[in-house]
Amino acid sequence: MSLERPLTRNVRPDRSPTDLAAYEANGGYQGLRAAVGRLSPADCLQVLKDSNLRGRGGAGFPTGMKWSFVPMGENPVDASGRPAHKYLICNADEMEPGTFKDRLLLECDPHQLIEGMICAAYTIQADIAYIFIRAEYHKAAALLREAIAACEEKGYLGRNILGSDYSLTMHVHSSAGRYICGEETALISSLEGKRANPRAKPPFPQVSGLWGRPTIVNNVETLCNVHHIIERGAEWFQSLGLTADAGTKLYGVSGRVKNPGCWELPMGTPVREIIEDYAGGMEDGYRLRGFLPGGGSTDFLVEEHLDLAMDYDTIGKAGSRMGTGTMIILDDRTCPVGFVKNLTEFFARESCGFCTPCRDGLPWSAQVLDDIENGRGIPEDLDTLQRQVEFIGAIGNTHCALAPGAMEPIQSALRYFRADFERHIDGAGCPYCDGGQH
Amino acid sequence: MPSIRIDGVTYEVEAGRNLLETCLSLGLDLPYFCWHPAMGSIGACRQCAVVQYLDEESEQAERGRIVMGCMTPVTDGAIFSLSGDKARHFREAIVESLMLNHPHDCPVCAEGGECHLQDMTVMVGHRDRHYRGRKNTHRNQYLGPLIHHEMNRCITCYRCTRYYRDYAGGTDLAALASHDHVYFGRHAEGVLQSEFAGNLVEVCPTGVFTDKTLVEDYTRKWDLQSAPSVCTGCAVGCNTLPGERYGRLKRVHNRFNADVNGYFLCDRGRFGAGFVNSDKRLLYPGLRLADGRYDALHHHGALQHMQQMCRTGKVAGIGSPRASVEANFLLQTLVGANNFAPGFSEQEQPLVDLALALQQDSRAVIPDIRSIESADAVLILGEDVTNTAPRIALALRQSVRNKAYEMAAHLGLETWQDAAIRNLAQDQRSPLYIAAVADTRLADVATRNLSLAPGGVAALGAAVAALISGEEPEDLPPHLREQAGQIAAALSAARRPLLISGTGTGSAAAMQSAAAVTEALCAAGSQAMLCLVVPEANSLGQAMLTGPDAPGLATLRERAESGELDTLVVLENDLYRRGSADSIDRLLQAFSNVIVLDGMDNATTSSASLVLAAASFAETDGTLVSLEGRAQRHYPVFLPPQERHPSWVWLLACMKELERPEVRSLHHFDDITRSCGARIPALAGITAASPDYHYRNVGVKIPRQPPRYSGRTAMRADRSVHERMQPSDEESPLAFTMEGLNRSVPGALLPWVWAPGWNSNQSLHKFQSEVGGPLQGGTAGVRLLQPGNPVSAAGLSVDTVTAPAEPGHWLLVPRQHIFGSDELSALSPAIAELAEPGYIALRSADAAALGVSPGDGVVAGNALATLAVRVDDSLAEGCAAYPAGLAGTENLHPLDRVELRRAENWQRPPEVIGSDGGARLRGARPRGARPRGARPGGGDV
Amino acid sequence: MSGQMETTLIPVLSPEEIAEIDAEISHVPYRSAVAIDALKIVQAHRGWVSDESLRAIARHLEMSAEELEGVATFYNLIFRRPVGDNVILLCNSISCWIKGCENLQAKITEQLGINLGETTPDNQFTLLPVTCLGACDKAPVMMVGDALHENVDAETLTKLFREGGE
Ligand SMILES: Cc1cc2nc3c(=O)[nH]c(=O)nc-3n(C[C@H](O)[C@H](O)[C@H](O)COP(=O)(O)O)c2cc1C
Ligand code: SF4
Ligand code: FES
Repeated sequence: MSLERPLTRNVRPDRSPTDLAAYEANGGYQGLRAAVGRLSPADCLQVLKDSNLRGRGGAGFPTGMKWSFVPMGENPVDASGRPAHKYLICNADEMEPGTFKDRLLLECDPHQLIEGMICAAYTIQADIAYIFIRAEYHKAAALLREAIAACEEKGYLGRNILGSDYSLTMHVHSSAGRYICGEETALISSLEGKRANPRAKPPFPQVSGLWGRPTIVNNVETLCNVHHIIERGAEWFQSLGLTADAGTKLYGVSGRVKNPGCWELPMGTPVREIIEDYAGGMEDGYRLRGFLPGGGSTDFLVEEHLDLAMDYDTIGKAGSRMGTGTMIILDDRTCPVGFVKNLTEFFARESCGFCTPCRDGLPWSAQVLDDIENGRGIPEDLDTLQRQVEFIGAIGNTHCALAPGAMEPIQSALRYFRADFERHIDGAGCPYCDGGQH
Repeated sequence: MPSIRIDGVTYEVEAGRNLLETCLSLGLDLPYFCWHPAMGSIGACRQCAVVQYLDEESEQAERGRIVMGCMTPVTDGAIFSLSGDKARHFREAIVESLMLNHPHDCPVCAEGGECHLQDMTVMVGHRDRHYRGRKNTHRNQYLGPLIHHEMNRCITCYRCTRYYRDYAGGTDLAALASHDHVYFGRHAEGVLQSEFAGNLVEVCPTGVFTDKTLVEDYTRKWDLQSAPSVCTGCAVGCNTLPGERYGRLKRVHNRFNADVNGYFLCDRGRFGAGFVNSDKRLLYPGLRLADGRYDALHHHGALQHMQQMCRTGKVAGIGSPRASVEANFLLQTLVGANNFAPGFSEQEQPLVDLALALQQDSRAVIPDIRSIESADAVLILGEDVTNTAPRIALALRQSVRNKAYEMAAHLGLETWQDAAIRNLAQDQRSPLYIAAVADTRLADVATRNLSLAPGGVAALGAAVAALISGEEPEDLPPHLREQAGQIAAALSAARRPLLISGTGTGSAAAMQSAAAVTEALCAAGSQAMLCLVVPEANSLGQAMLTGPDAPGLATLRERAESGELDTLVVLENDLYRRGSADSIDRLLQAFSNVIVLDGMDNATTSSASLVLAAASFAETDGTLVSLEGRAQRHYPVFLPPQERHPSWVWLLACMKELERPEVRSLHHFDDITRSCGARIPALAGITAASPDYHYRNVGVKIPRQPPRYSGRTAMRADRSVHERMQPSDEESPLAFTMEGLNRSVPGALLPWVWAPGWNSNQSLHKFQSEVGGPLQGGTAGVRLLQPGNPVSAAGLSVDTVTAPAEPGHWLLVPRQHIFGSDELSALSPAIAELAEPGYIALRSADAAALGVSPGDGVVAGNALATLAVRVDDSLAEGCAAYPAGLAGTENLHPLDRVELRRAENWQRPPEVIGSDGGARLRGARPRGARPRGARPGGGDV
Repeated sequence: MSGQMETTLIPVLSPEEIAEIDAEISHVPYRSAVAIDALKIVQAHRGWVSDESLRAIARHLEMSAEELEGVATFYNLIFRRPVGDNVILLCNSISCWIKGCENLQAKITEQLGINLGETTPDNQFTLLPVTCLGACDKAPVMMVGDALHENVDAETLTKLFREGGE
């Protein structure tokens, strides 16, 4: 069976970028033509809703439903008498540890994202779109700027797109380095030129987002799907997935596997297939002990979960989250304590510093893990960690989802690798350091 | 009314509020940090966590989720638990986390004993520390003479920057760095620029921002004796709680009054009472000897001299707009109304009388602070309120947010959702138009700033009034016509339009035109508000006491020169601030005896024949009438030492010696108040300002000392091991001891706030009827001007003063300075450090025409003043500004036209090159301050 | 008085810097909204953002130095201290850690004599840690200037440092 790979069909083996001509030659901007030419925004929204596209940024929230909260209709000025801009923002801040999927889409096929974005913006009738891209993606930012210019020339962007009465301007904003900018409300704060502190919801960005106006934030991969769905329909999209969650998904594997990488596969492809068939299995001399299914803020799963389908519901039921779909493999020669310590230090450092459990609780957790890893641990430390998990780990305990995400690896490591923690404490040091690599 | 259940008990609660304030209003102790009743919620500290249950079933099963009280609206049927384990453990964990990096330096911390962090720590029951890591530390910054900075104590609640930036409009304090390195400070060390910085002391729940003047002369809250007082810094009449120990005034805290000052004071008010401790204070009366020196007297001796001098029957009195109604009333009684001048300057007297008359005759609402905050369109004509009535400027900063609240209402956001509303509204503000001689400190939130000479301001106002009445204004330049049109439209469209003007620029016409605008609005059926600012704490009371026909200083002089008068009694008034030195010299020389009652050595006391040492506001009772006509009583915080007495005591005693019949039945302070109310119709209501001295709270007095007062200490044991007996207070229901009851007392009598478990000023909510609402015992003070007086003023006419056309001449316009223009606060060391030297400000083109650049000297008129030049291009054409009340400007009069020329032989003051982003400079860093380089936090470079 | 005053001369932004910043300003509702872009633009020209640069930007954006400082110190890649000609951003997040970024860091320290956060005496290199670079399948990775280096090993380092950056 040959797989359909709409998202990566323009990705070349050498990863060189696809320019406008090549993109068009391969059927590009047909979705856009379909949208502005034949479909009303309401039609587009309906297709999106029917397609069951779920956000690829990590939370898996249904995209059509998210868009449906945007106020629609004739409204040239808003309540304050300001021109009623609406915004679409592409979240290209990819910084989740172990996640490397959006880079592929951005660097190899910038027009795909732009086409998806124009269709999305058309659907919600946004007149301004931003691509919020992390600072280090210089190459992608340059490609996107080039591609936007090319589109403006071609009439895909700008005033009266393709002769319709729909207009859209698009800007690339390159960030200045901060993981929290990926959180959609923090991203909005950052786009406003402020400190990237997340915002309380409600009000949701759909009604009060960038500069107080209706705003939609979507992940790169999510947006790359949009024009395909509009062009080819909800049923087609549904049919791509193996399980209830529709479409294809970019899955990735990193760690000690033979062939780390990122592949577009049908949604719901079993974990084992991804790791063994695509990633080539474990490197010689290494055994799999566990894996984070979708980036650094998801719970560990272990061997017994290898045959699960990689989709939102299945992984959720197993006690983790599919997150970004990019797995990080823990092997048997890597210290699980060191592993979660690395992640926790990351999250502690990347905390925005707004709310107490995250700002002060994460450094404390990192400190405890450091003590354990370096032989200064005491048995009570495990209770402390457990308390921290309960204190910080639930959505709602903190102001945004960073800190609860940060606690997921710790909480599951305490469950699956407790013996390792105890060995560290009993032996006053890391058993993996001798002979092991750390 | 929604009904909610908390820990199994059902409560009917007020809709539209959040759960935290609801709990506090219900008397349930729910800890918090980042929420503030005046600033709303942001959900940062996560301290106010409770458990919310979806339904009864999950309540039974105790399966709820943590929510933040401050971020949770009370909705009908909601079920919560405060006391369940899950919520309690979470709240304890929050405090434990906040304590990780806290230095535990309570014994040396100025906040100790009244620290919200201490209170919350005890409240959540956190005791044992589990964290074994190192603590983060920070370097502190020099922030000026008012505020002490100690960043290590920070718990990152963001209250300081939310207050300073969002609420007060300051720009030079920010949250820097991130994660657990967040630092609240300045870009570089330096004086905090906001006039409202002092509130940080009370807003910060720990000891990061503390009162530097207190830190330098420290006493714990529990050792402070305090009494309800009223700020004498300006005419707003903010309620204060000054605290004293062993005869020294240690600090001033805000005293909540929902109608006057809410939760906040300005820095003049908070730090301007330091003069009370000055070593220039007079301790004894003195009689001038032949050789010109003073001979100290016992009070009996002084009284003998005084009554002898007064026996001539040709006695005149000059009262004081900064002294109490009672003292002024007694002096007026002593000398007779015909011989009593209110003590204003010649220019000021008709202005204050006018301010009173316009308000008495207006059918507009005379607004209190809450009404000002509720204004949805504002026009300021001439007055620089940040410098003349600062608390009103802070209220105006809130008024411009009404647009945001309107927008929020469309989305169903409650007013307490602070961050959400700011994000929604961004830079959208309700209209605020300012026409003034130069840009004021409210310029940043104004819809438009118009620089106009006082005459132009009045003309604009008159035009706006005309337009509102549907008439076409005459003689207005086209650009002003357009502005006037916009302003008239904005005011007409508003539901609660507010006009502000005042005496600050010395222009009667500006005030008249403001009244004309409100009149036009009222005629059009609008609920317009009129706020007229007068200069001093009792200016309006003085105008009420004396009326428009009272003699002025010049009249008294003429009558003395003609031999009609020979003795002059001056009450708490440095006349040399009321006129040129020449004119005051002539006035005083016209009398053979000059008796001066005042607290502090000044030019007038130096020219007196007899000086009587008078108590300060902190040492005496008094009633003051604020700019909105609110009579408010202040009480002595402590009694004056030695032979210093309240002016009313001196005057009453003298009149008793003289056996004057009017005072025969006056024994107590309250008797004077009553007599005054009975005799002066405009002041008829003042007895209602506070309960009289018979009042008892459940049979006992109200203690000035808190229950934890430590009483005897070793503080003065080097001199004596005996502790002085506490005096008794015959004049009020307050006691100078810790005995009595400070619960459910009338608002006017509340001497401190403190409640079980709540040692800090956050205990205030225990004294309010509901969180943020008026005090349980009623709002202090009484309005003498009845709001919305239905009697209409017939066709107000506006006479305008226009800028001069004469070349080489400028119109002198006074600029008021919060730090320096007011007499007494300027004598407080911390304020004195911030006061600027005198200057003359010119537009750069004018300076160039005179051949001067900033720092050069100019001579005004015929050597009236020689001052350094400043350039201000926002000044109105044809105007030269000078700082009112500052040294070197004594001979300059508002709205005089003077010639200016370059001063030869002028020594330039040392130059200051640049400053942060062009910000104003307030005082240099003193010698020995910490070296710069506190690069706070820093990025993770 | 002036002897103790901070002398804070505010240098002007260059015409190029102003042009680039103003281009950003043209599509936002208020000037301070481009704070981050402006900091990046000036940093691109000057290598880092000094106190003086920061004040100059703040003035151009009509915001206070404090507001801008709050923004500047929030973001990891705004340098408020001088950096070398080439900034090495060494990924130390999880996948690179698994693949031995700690060893790599030790090797860099060995070869260049600098620890994290330090700059070589010849001002050639500054070594900084960076969050996951989104190239986990090529771990360990690092960036030098704008260039991403994948599957970095000792050999890559030697070659790179010999060539002085690019
Ligand atoms: C701490 C944190 C970091 C996040 N980082 C990213 C990110 O880098 N990229 C992304 O697309 N979404 C990220 N998200 C999720 C976004 O908040 C948001 O849900 C997403 O952009 C929505 O897009 P989607 O609906 O298309 O998934 C992050 C969320 C959190 C809490
Ligand atoms: S959990 Fe709190 S401190 Fe952490 S990133 Fe979110 S808002 Fe900031
Ligand atoms: S008071 Fe509710 S979160 Fe701070």
